[in-house]
Order: sequence, then structure tokens, then C-alpha cells
Amino acid sequence: MNDTIAAIATALSASGIGIIRLSGEDAIKIADQLFISPKGKLLKDQRSHTLNYGYIVDPSTQKVIDEVLVSIMRQPNTYTKEDVVEINGHGGIIVMQKLLQLVLSLGARLAEPGEFTKRAFLNGRLDLSQAEAVIDIINAKTDMALKSSVGQLEGALSLRVKPVRQEILSLIAHIEASIDYPEYDIDDLSNALVIEQLDEMISTLNQLLETADNGKIIREGIQTIIVGKPNVGKSSLMNALLKERRAIVTDIPGTTRDTLEEYMTISGIPIKIIDTAGIRETEDIVEKIGVSRTKELIDDADLVIMMLDISVPISQEDYNVLELIKTKKAIVLVNKIDLNKQYELGYLKSLIKDLPFIPVSLKDNIGLEILEKTIKDMFLSGSIDFNQTPYITNIRHKHALEKAINSLKTVISSIQNAMPEDCWAIDLKNAYDFLGEIIGESMGDSIIDQIFSQFCLGK
Amino acid sequence: MTYINENYDVVVIGAGHAGCEAALASARLGMKTIIFAVNLDSIAMMPCNPSIGGTSKGHLVREIDALGGEMGKNIDKTYIQSRMLNTGKGPAVHSLRAQADKFKYSKSMKRVLENTEHLVIRQGEVTDLIFHDQKIRGVVTVSGATYHCQAVIIATGTYLKARCIYGDVSINSGPNGLQAANHLSQSLEKLGIEIYRFKTGTPARIDGRTVDYSKMEEQIGDESIVPFSFSHKEEDIKREQISCYLTYTNDGTHRIIHNNLDRSPLYSGTIEGTGPRYCPSIEDKVVRFSDKERHQIFLEPEGEETNEVYVQGMSSSLPEDVQRDMLRTLPGMKHCTIMRIGYAIEYDCINPLQLKSTLEFKELSGLYSAGQFNGSSGYEEAAAQGLMAGINATMKILGRDEIVLDRSQAYIGVLIDDLVTKGTNEPYRMMTSRAEYRLLLRQDNADLRLSEIGYAIGLLSKERVDRVINKRNSIEEEIHRLRKKTVGANEAINSFLNKYNSTPIKSGITLAELLKRPELNYIALNEIDSDRPKLKDEVTQQVNIQLKYEGYIKRQLKQVEQFKKLEKKYLPAQIEYEAIGGLRIEARQKLSKIKPRSIGQASRISGVSPADISVLLVYLEQLKRAK
Repeated sequence: MNDTIAAIATALSASGIGIIRLSGEDAIKIADQLFISPKGKLLKDQRSHTLNYGYIVDPSTQKVIDEVLVSIMRQPNTYTKEDVVEINGHGGIIVMQKLLQLVLSLGARLAEPGEFTKRAFLNGRLDLSQAEAVIDIINAKTDMALKSSVGQLEGALSLRVKPVRQEILSLIAHIEASIDYPEYDIDDLSNALVIEQLDEMISTLNQLLETADNGKIIREGIQTIIVGKPNVGKSSLMNALLKERRAIVTDIPGTTRDTLEEYMTISGIPIKIIDTAGIRETEDIVEKIGVSRTKELIDDADLVIMMLDISVPISQEDYNVLELIKTKKAIVLVNKIDLNKQYELGYLKSLIKDLPFIPVSLKDNIGLEILEKTIKDMFLSGSIDFNQTPYITNIRHKHALEKAINSLKTVISSIQNAMPEDCWAIDLKNAYDFLGEIIGESMGDSIIDQIFSQFCLGK
Repeated sequence: MTYINENYDVVVIGAGHAGCEAALASARLGMKTIIFAVNLDSIAMMPCNPSIGGTSKGHLVREIDALGGEMGKNIDKTYIQSRMLNTGKGPAVHSLRAQADKFKYSKSMKRVLENTEHLVIRQGEVTDLIFHDQKIRGVVTVSGATYHCQAVIIATGTYLKARCIYGDVSINSGPNGLQAANHLSQSLEKLGIEIYRFKTGTPARIDGRTVDYSKMEEQIGDESIVPFSFSHKEEDIKREQISCYLTYTNDGTHRIIHNNLDRSPLYSGTIEGTGPRYCPSIEDKVVRFSDKERHQIFLEPEGEETNEVYVQGMSSSLPEDVQRDMLRTLPGMKHCTIMRIGYAIEYDCINPLQLKSTLEFKELSGLYSAGQFNGSSGYEEAAAQGLMAGINATMKILGRDEIVLDRSQAYIGVLIDDLVTKGTNEPYRMMTSRAEYRLLLRQDNADLRLSEIGYAIGLLSKERVDRVINKRNSIEEEIHRLRKKTVGANEAINSFLNKYNSTPIKSGITLAELLKRPELNYIALNEIDSDRPKLKDEVTQQVNIQLKYEGYIKRQLKQVEQFKKLEKKYLPAQIEYEAIGGLRIEARQKLSKIKPRSIGQASRISGVSPADISVLLVYLEQLKRAK
């Protein structure tokens, strides 16, 4: 059997249920290290094609991550003709990511695009007529992964990975030059200095990992926009949502258009609020950027939150926007219900038909929980959807960061154990390659190029 | 006029380091072989540095020896100084280097060739190849003589359309004033072979009597000599050694170079060829690293019976007077006299992507090539390719399986795979950093890695392979014993550990575990290892290395396992990559051109992505099932 691969097998948005699929020789062994059955069952003792109830527990913290059903399917009667384990969880996206990370940390490898299908075919599970389809899947998934990593390439992560990687390369070049040109007067590396340098790199990478946990490098989510007239309470809503949860406020201005983006999670669901420049200044977006631009924003959004003020009459602009959102995934918030009504909720309901509407008073903190629950329900029921690929990219990157950190730690212990420099180089090269996965670059001839640009060598 | 001359199995063109190994391998395997040189006095000539080995190159020589080649034996016979480099570093990068008496080296190799059965040596320039019905049929020499054969190995080094340049002097000659070979290139082009133009260079040789060595640092050889050849023992080859000397360039040197840069053919554009970064000229070094205050210069004797001294580090194509003036700025060289001027040399070679891993041309059955002609640089790189080309030409004629060493087996494998998979745009030099499994490919275990292969080919004697098998068994037994043998936490043991500044033990521990401590080794442990068997040094050395670096070795072995899986998935030569829809266009073009032998090789081609590899795997499976 092949090495063990893992991936999130379900679309993250379809429901609360998500499946992590593992395939390969260690699939069951890896799952057993995470799975705790109330009856103390071990997966390896279970018969093939059984569903097992229990919990996933993080082995390093002993914390319960999710309540799950785990199916085990032994080769050869599986999709890939290898041992397959599927962990059915229902904790939403964040939990799914966590599960996947755990599985990877125990030795599984993140599946390449289309790899399950590829294995199914190579192991004889699919017939010859399906070969073309298999190739199409591989290419389509690769394209999608590439598309989603484009943002990352220019993103904050790669900007911060590159200097660390360059520093590693420079260290490797130093070691390699002194190995390949022993008769040249290349200064010996000082163990203490190298360890110091490695410690710094590790701490930089650790910081990156932490930000990854905070979601700062998760640059996607349910694209949400808030529209409404001046003083309707858009900025109060924004602040209320941001204040209540660990706000993931970026200081990176949106590269697109005239907007900023705010990130937050609601019940584990990532939300990206397009902060149209108007919101903060309590201006009217529609007035500021015009109806056609507003329409564009609404069309691009996965979710629209339309805000009305019950203390002032519905204006022509409001009617226009209500018309625009009729066919969209949208929620109508009726704010300021603590003040005198200028129209009846029933009238509003007749205007918006099936759209959910929620009376709120942001000032008195009334109605926010209902808003959150509504968003969650819409998401879990599948009525709002978003592209999940960036999450996988993100896990891939996080995993690569972790592996790079481990390699650098191994270098330190090699130095401390008085191992020779060529042994350090092994793990330095690994670290360099792992970081390369993040920015899509491989080793190639870069070491040799670096040696000859850094040192003057040769007869 | 053309006339039929003789019939051979194998024709080797060129008798440098590649040609010699190729001819010896094929003749020793029973092929009727003829080797051509433009001048028989130039057999195994060392037109550049007077040394064999060094980092990674020393590894190549030991591998050549383990497979049954000649280079290691020949340098053992003719060295004048021997050193193991990098002994302060890990065993994987210990590298053997010997200064050669280059005249003796050449004579001694010629003698070996002369005394080899089935081998004919002939002076003459090959001008044409005979190729019809999809196969090589023979060669034609400048005199019009035709030599029929089944395989041709081209090993023309730097001779093809060679041009030597210094200052404004440009002479159409081969290295060392020897005649260039001006006709063969045309014949190659007619066959559709893609030709590159490369450049390399060499420094001046000076008269040793005009050098004041007291102003330089003496570099002496090692006291204990490690032979290159596994068939030699130290006592067989021990001899008086000759010193080298180290000195440095200075401001004065650099000023002269700077003031005369406009007279350098490199900067005036006279030289078109691509030079190696690995041996830059002194003018290159001074320009590119202008902040470096001094550069090292080594003075190396060219032989025992000559006053000629090689000035390593001063390779140059500056005019004669500038070379003289700059040499005279060096400490101890104020009055030095030049005997041979330094020069740059341009020559025709090929794009090695045209070759299979066997070094046979993909499109020209029976035509093989090796050495600098393939775009490499260095005697050792040349010899390694020559050996493999000679072996594979023979295997093909005999209808036996081809011999391809992979990247996990030998530096030779790395070298050839790099050349035929990645190609090169400058003369390719072997470096230890090119080997991904460096810890496994040590110079000390070349015999353990390759002797069985050498024996199976037929180049290594039964006696030599048996010795290696015994050695391997002794190593394994001893490692096994050390893993089993436990010492207790008693006073004797802990006082022993104290003596070596090693942490005392609290409970029993195996000797294998103790050996892994940085401050201890196999020899030291003798004191607490009462029933130790008497073993040869070559065995205990392996035991020490294999246990000490066990963790790293295991990890590399695991990587090798993964690597081998893809290496063994062979791609049929006749695949039409253009017709595989799922491949990206760049991948299709590269794959069509390079025609990799395996999925593994395909994955190393730049421009072939992991997705392309997946597509290839699916395609292979389709082929398999369609059968």
C-alpha cells in the first residue's frame, strides 16, 4: 500500500457534517491515535465497513475536539483499494481544519489535488474508460488550488517566509561551500551563532503559525456586505459583531477597489465583511458609489445584510436596494426598535417576501443572537456557500510551517550533539524545501547558485 | 580516398580520461576495441591541474574503482602527495585528493592500455561517422580509412574545433598546443546533433627554480595514506611525498588585472563560449568579488622529474605580459619565469539532453559519448562517464541488460542523471551538494555499494567481490554484537565515561548506544569491551560510522525507498507525449525532447509539474491495462 493521504472530503458549506478521509497503509493506525470510544474500542480491532461512535481527542492536549462517527474500510473493497478511514464530524469548518491538522501531524500527508481518484484508478478500482475523467479531475483540482494560491503568493505570508528561506539558503551555501572547497579560507560557522540564528528563524515561523491560528492568513470567508442609509446603524452593527468575538481585523488594506475587509467567525463560520468605505463614515453607500456599483457589490457577495431604520420612513433608495436583494441571500435588519415606529413590520414583510428579517436594537443589544443564529442556519442549510479551497491551502501552509520548524529544531539538536555540518545540511535543506512548498518554489540549483554568488571559489 | 580498413566491436574516439576508461572497459569485457588519439603522447594527459580527486571527485574515483575502472589504480601508482580532505567534517564528505606526477600518470595509463588484450591503440583523427539504417556502422579517419564497428564512443574532450585564447592571441589548437580536431563537428551536425560551445581555462606553469618557497606556507601530504583503489593496501603505495605551497594575491596583483581588463578576451567579447563558475579565471574573481582583499593561490608541482609548477587559482586569458606581471606580484614569485602561458580554451560539445541514461544518443543507435564532450568538466567526471559508456556499449552489443546507476547508488548516477535530465549551460562539475543522499554515498563505502555490480558486469574479480562480501558480513556481525552487549552502571564504566567527559550512566546501556555519544567512538570503547573480536580497520571504521550516524542514515534510507518507487516505473521510449491530452504544453515538449526512462526521471525535469506526473501515472496504467 501507499503512504497515507488525508483531506476534507466534503464541501465545507453543505451542512454541519464534514468528513475527513484517510487512505493508505497507516490510515487506521493514525485514526486510532485520535479516536476515543466510550466503550474503549480500538479501531484496529473493528471489522471492516463498520461505523464507530466516539470522540476525537487531541493527543497533545487531551482535549475533545469533536463528537464523531468513524467508518473504517479495509482494503481491497474501498474506493482507493487501500485502507480507508472516514471521520464524520459535525463541528463546522474550524473543527474540520483542526481534525485535518491532527491527522497530518500524526504522519498523514495532505492529498494532492485529485489524489484519491488517482489512487482509485492506479489501484484498479476504476475502469479504463474513466482514465480521461481522472486526468480531468487532477487538472481541474490543480487549477483550482493554483488559483487560490495566487492570492497567497503575493500575500503577507510569502513576504514573511521568503527572508527566512533566504537565510536558510545562505547558511546551507556556507556549509556546502566549506565542504566542497575545503582548501579555501571560508570562515567556520560558530555553533553558538548558528543556533542563535536558527532560534530566531524558529520564532519568526512560530509567529507566522500563530497568526495562521488567528486566521489572519485565512483570507477568505463568506463574503458579506452591509448596506443601508446613513445613520441606520451600519457601523454600530460592525462594531457590535467585531467586539463580541475575537475580531480578526487586518491592517492590510483590501487590494480590491475602495473597500477594507474585516474577518470574524460566527459559530465557527468564517465571515469576511466587505467594509465599504462608506460604513465607517456612516455615509450612504448607494449615494457614495452609485447604484450600479452597489449592485456589483451585492452580486459579488455571498450574503447581504440590509439595514433599515424603523424610526424613519422607507426611502426610495431603500426600495431600490430591497429590489436588488430580492433574489440574493440576504437578511434584513430593522434597527432602532426601541424608538417610535414609522411603519409596520407586516408592511415590510410584504415587501421582502421570504427573506429573513430581524428586528434589532443595537443600542440596547437586542436581536444580535438571532442574527448570528440566522447566519449559522443559512450556512449550515447550504443556502449560503463559499469557496473552500483557500482553507485547504491554508492547512497545507500551516503544515509546511510546522514541518519547517521541526527541521530547524533538528538542526539545533544536531549541533548540540556535535554532529558534523553535513548532517545539519540535511535538515536545513528539508526546512528550505518545506518553506518552498508555501511559495511554490523548489530547491533546483539554488544552492549552487548561492554558493557561487556568496563565495569566490575555484581553481 | 576511402578504403576499408578493419573491423571492430567498439571504436573509442579520444584517449583522455573518458576514452581510456571506455576502451579499457569494453576491451576487458572481450570487445574488440580500438581507441584513437590525435597524438599518442597525450593519452590520459592532464592538461589542467596536476591532481586527481578532491571533494566529490574523490568519491567518483573510488566508485570507478569499485566498478572495475582504472583511474584509482593509476593515481595510486603515480601520486606524489596524498591528502584526505574534510577530516574535520562528517565521514560523508571526507574526500581523497592526490597530487599526480602528470607525466607518469599519462605514461602509466598508456602502458595499461598497451597491455590490455583486445585493445588496439591508434594515432589518428576521426573525421566522420558512418550511420545508416538507424545504426552506427563505423568511423572514417582523416586518412580516409574506414573502421567498421557496432558501437562508437565519442570522448573528444576539448579538442573539437578547439581554440586557445590569451590576450589578443587566438590559435586554433587543442589543449597544450596539441592539434585540434576540426572535422568531426560537421559530421555530428549532419546527424542532427545539437552542438554547444563551452569554454574553460588553465593557469600558467612556472619554473620552480625561480620561486622562493620560504615566503609561502608549505602544504604537506598526510602521514597515513588511504589508497584510491580498494585493491591496494597502504603499504603497497607508501612513498616519499612532495609538498605544495600556499600564497595569496594582493593589491598589486588586483591593480595589474584591473588596469589590463580591456586587454582580456573575456571582457572584449572575443570569447563566446560559456565558462564554468566552478573554475573562474583570476580576472573573473577580482571583478566579481572586488571587495575580497586577497585570493588563495596554490603552487603544485607537475611531477617529480620536472621544474614545472602549476599555479592553481590563477587561471587566466590575459595577455602574456600581464600574466607575467601579475604572477610576479605574489610573495616569493618576484622573479618567477613562465614556462607555459595560461589560456582560455573554447570547444564544441553537445547538449547532453540528447543522451539516454546509458550515455547512448537517443536518436542514434550505437553512438555513445562521454566526458567533456557531454558538457562536463574534470578528469574524474570524464572517467566516470567513460566507464559507463564503455560498459553500456558492450552490454548493448552482447544483448545484456543496460547498467544505469541511480542517484541513490552512486555519485556516478547523480552525475549522469543531472547531465541527461537537467542538461547544463556551463561545464558541469560534480559537487557533494548535488547528491541528495550524500550520507549514504560515502567514499569509504563505495566498495560496499558497487562491487557486486562491478562483478556482475564482469570487470571486477571474484576475489575482490568476495572480499567485499566478507567485509560486509563482518560489519553486520560486529554491529549486531554491539547492539546486544550491555554494560552495567558500575564504577569501572562510569570512571571510563568520566575520563571522556561523558555523562555517567545510571542503568545498563548497550555499547551501540554509548558509541553514539559525540565524545566516544569505537576505538575508545575498546577499554570497556572485553570480548571484542580482532577486526580490520576497514571494518571497524564502517561499524563506527554506521552506528554513529544511524539516525540520519535511516532517514535517508527511507527517502531512498520512496525515490526508488518512481525510479522503477519505466516509461516506454515510444510514448507520444504530444498526444497525451492531460499534460500541460510545456511538459509535453520537455518530455518529448528528453524521453525520460522512468517516472522518477520525468519528475526531475524542470517544467514537469506534480500534476503532470499524476497524468503520466494514469497514462502508464492505461497502457498496462490495454495490453
